[in-house]
Amino acid sequence: MKQFDRASFGWLGLLLFSVLILPWYRGGDFGASALGEGLGTQPWLLPIAVSAVLLAGLALTVDDWRRHVAILPLSIAGLVLMTLQGFAIGLNGPLIPGIAAIYPTAEQGQSGIGLGGLVTGLAFLGLISDALAARGFCRGERFAAACVVIIVALLSLFVFFPIIKLGTAAFTDAEGALAITPFLTRISGAELWGLACLTSRYSCGVVINTVVLGVLSAAFATGLGLALALLVARTDFRLKRTLRAISILPIITPPFVVGVAIIVLFGRSGVVTAEVADWFGVRPGRWIYGLPGILLAQVLAFTPVTFLVLLGTLEAINPTLEEASGTLGAKPFVTFRKITWPLLRPGIAAAFLLAFIESLADFGNPIVLGGGYDVLSTKIFFAVVGAQYDLGNAATLAIVLLALTLAAFWVQTRWLGRASYVTVSGRSDAGLAAPVPRWVRVAAIAAVVPFVVFTLAVYTIVLFGGFVTDLGRLDLTPTVSHIWTAFSFEIGAEGLRLYGSAWDSLITTLWVSALSAPLTMGIGILTAWLVMRQDFFGRRAFEFGTMLSFAIPGTVVGVSYIVAFNVPPVDITGTMVILVICFMFRNMPVGMRAGMAALAQIDRSMEEASQTMGAGGARTLRDVVLPLIRPAIFTALVYSFVTAMTAVSAVIFLVSARHNMATAYIMGRVENGEYALAIAYSAVLMIVMIACVALIQFAVGHRNLGRRTELQGAPAAQTAE
Amino acid sequence: MKDIDSVTETAIEFEGVIKRYGDAVAVNGLNLSIQRGELVTFLGPSGCGKTTSLRLIAGLELPSEGRLLIAGRDVSRDPASERNVGMVFQSYALFPHLSVLENVAYGPSIRGLKKAEAHDKARTILDQIGLGGLHQRLPSELSGGQQQRVAVARAIVQQPDVILFDEPLSNVDAKLRRRVRSEIRALQQEFGLTAVYVTHDQEEALAVSDRIVVMEKGQIAQVGTPEDLYERPASAFISSFIGDANLIAGRVQSSRFTGAGLDLPVSGNDGPASLSIRPERIALATGGTARIESATYLGSRMEYGVISGGMSLLVSRPIPETRLEPGAAVHLQIDPAGVIRLD
Repeated sequence: MKQFDRASFGWLGLLLFSVLILPWYRGGDFGASALGEGLGTQPWLLPIAVSAVLLAGLALTVDDWRRHVAILPLSIAGLVLMTLQGFAIGLNGPLIPGIAAIYPTAEQGQSGIGLGGLVTGLAFLGLISDALAARGFCRGERFAAACVVIIVALLSLFVFFPIIKLGTAAFTDAEGALAITPFLTRISGAELWGLACLTSRYSCGVVINTVVLGVLSAAFATGLGLALALLVARTDFRLKRTLRAISILPIITPPFVVGVAIIVLFGRSGVVTAEVADWFGVRPGRWIYGLPGILLAQVLAFTPVTFLVLLGTLEAINPTLEEASGTLGAKPFVTFRKITWPLLRPGIAAAFLLAFIESLADFGNPIVLGGGYDVLSTKIFFAVVGAQYDLGNAATLAIVLLALTLAAFWVQTRWLGRASYVTVSGRSDAGLAAPVPRWVRVAAIAAVVPFVVFTLAVYTIVLFGGFVTDLGRLDLTPTVSHIWTAFSFEIGAEGLRLYGSAWDSLITTLWVSALSAPLTMGIGILTAWLVMRQDFFGRRAFEFGTMLSFAIPGTVVGVSYIVAFNVPPVDITGTMVILVICFMFRNMPVGMRAGMAALAQIDRSMEEASQTMGAGGARTLRDVVLPLIRPAIFTALVYSFVTAMTAVSAVIFLVSARHNMATAYIMGRVENGEYALAIAYSAVLMIVMIACVALIQFAVGHRNLGRRTELQGAPAAQTAE
Repeated sequence: MKDIDSVTETAIEFEGVIKRYGDAVAVNGLNLSIQRGELVTFLGPSGCGKTTSLRLIAGLELPSEGRLLIAGRDVSRDPASERNVGMVFQSYALFPHLSVLENVAYGPSIRGLKKAEAHDKARTILDQIGLGGLHQRLPSELSGGQQQRVAVARAIVQQPDVILFDEPLSNVDAKLRRRVRSEIRALQQEFGLTAVYVTHDQEEALAVSDRIVVMEKGQIAQVGTPEDLYERPASAFISSFIGDANLIAGRVQSSRFTGAGLDLPVSGNDGPASLSIRPERIALATGGTARIESATYLGSRMEYGVISGGMSLLVSRPIPETRLEPGAAVHLQIDPAGVIRLD
């Protein structure tokens, strides 16, 4: 029984087409393929073309070729040859000595791969996955096998490879040779670990600064988050709804906007500063720049996160435990101290660690409010973009930041994984949650009121600050002049013309977000499906690898992408592609978590039923899985879109004059002190974002309802048998 | 796909199939052939490998070692989507977002039928199975029994080489089980289907099967007809797993068994031995060395716990007999035909 299946021949056809016709290098012509270039000046491409032709010849001549012994080695050989030549011969010549002896023309170097190289790699991966599936990988399911192999390759290229490159950059000396001494010198310096601030006016090392800021900000944010959570979950406090609503705001706020608003309020010429100076006759100070300012901004920004974590913990505590304590004679205070508090502790630790990690990764607030207070993320930035351009130093600092973050993540999973007492079971927990003791309630309100006042003040500034003449001098005459600077346009004889300075960045941002959101959602949901539903060798490592990409702070990603992708073989810095890819791999774990949570709710035998009826993995995914996890798709889409619009830490390294992003543009305005323009643009950005989210909801949610209304309307009465 | 000349009577063949999950062995060297048109049940306690064996046939798991043949073709490396099997899942696994008709037409349309043809095919089978008026309903609008019939219709609509039932009655109301299981059996015989059925309920297995495969720790403990297994269990495990049994240890000397205060004629060699005696094969007469320890009224029968020779035995008697009270001294009368010598 000879089966000519289209899918496998698809990979082969793609391979031949790319190797013979598609331009191998970026910017090449059709025909300048691996074969064409290989016969010309780049003979090292010939072996790739040969292995492709051998594969095709073998497939056409043998029976059941997917199981033939030579297919797997040949496909792997093709991929390895591709990778080797890419890294052996760089832009300006051989990177590995000795290559020139085999290929004299290698001295001229080669540029980055283009369409041909990309498609060839993809086709080799497809063939490898097909051959593996024929040997029982992924239970023989070819679509799943292809997804696993391709996603592993993508993660290796866009997550692990940049980190490894970053590591080598940290160990490179001024001449470009690998050495351990420069790394040791950099990492042991007082610049990192100095404690001068304890004894003198000089500042401490950047690591000390970062950790101090992280601990303080996490402690305050956790305390406030706990107060909020107790008020919402365990009291009849009247402003519950407002509190919940406020907790959503930071998600759609670009991270530095809070910082900007704080400057407008408390800066040297800030609204509050001026008033206070007036009343008390003190000189306006610069106290807000530095630790106090960053801390204030971070606490405002992270409290909603800790609030959500702790609210979840509080709601998961089985109220019958507290009732049991009550029936045993404990007073409310004793119950709180002996029962509620110990059950809360793991949640508190989780919230603290989360806020700590966020603080480590935060770039927007320290750069806006930092003053002389350096933290790792800003120091990395200045090492790369500043006058002192020093990639080795940036890489070393990035490694320290990465190590700190990973350590925090490790503590979170290792230590908290065991300590969690969350008592959720399938059974319904009857009973009423115990109200908190009176003094706890009073303390919580005392903590929460300033927070709410601050938050409202900040968002009032954000909403109106851009639309008055000069907030700093309290000139509140409404004006659109700031907006007009950014977004002026003219409809003339030549149609619409956009003059405003911000249009380019807004349009790029929308493009990048619109492109990356569906891709991020796609790869996230697909990965979730693979992890939850497929059974393949290395599944745990696969899951760990995808989650790791989430742990890497944005600044580290930014630097590592610059290091990895500004030279061939993958030479994409300065393009829009690198922005889209960066968002894809940074945000995919969120889509993945949403997908995994949704899939956990769905009986997997539905997919198995689809398979036994003859549907392959792709068909099952499309017909059965996706319609059932639509809410997760929506969540993933919205999150990836919103993050792409508001992120700043990684993109600030990756934007170029041609492809600038809104957040990077706003940062530039802040640096120039054009706060009104920055705030006006931020407000526009947030409004555009809300409109887009509404649009996504309309698109994704609408189909959901439309499909089923007529059937829902059908008489549903005769259900009894 | 089916070659007319080589139609074999064997529908499914396990040849030394092993399935491992890491270090754990779920199925350990399974050899079994299932005939065309036969209903074979995999029976055993949980974790015995019965469900894994079923999933191996479906292609939802692939064997670690050994070969599996369906309709004479080696499918050991074929995924589920490339086999021709129908499966009825424990949870029914109906697609909640598709109507009854779309659920049943799903398979035919995957296998290349046009939408209208697939719907016609689905309608035919739904009418045959007695679900004529419910085509446009969603699964959530059906009763449990109706959902189960849709699941069966969906599994047989493509004339599969074999239909698989994974504990199909576990979600059916206890009162309905008897009826649904006879419906399944009738349907299987009417359509001449080869069927493999998995259950942990021995009564259900006895009721529906042509042959039962009792599994224990990933291996076959015994294969046989329901009568074989009940009347001639091969081991203590089988006799206690299928129905109730008194397992009595003792000695055989000169073709007489002594143990638990009994003295019975048995065949076979002298030496230590153990017997299996069904509770309904023991009659009770007043006066003797045994003593009633407990008496439980079960409606259709009485169940007595009897202490004899220091051992506790289970005895089941029909209701019309005179009722005995705990503490009464009794004498055990055992039907020699009901005595099975194990080991």
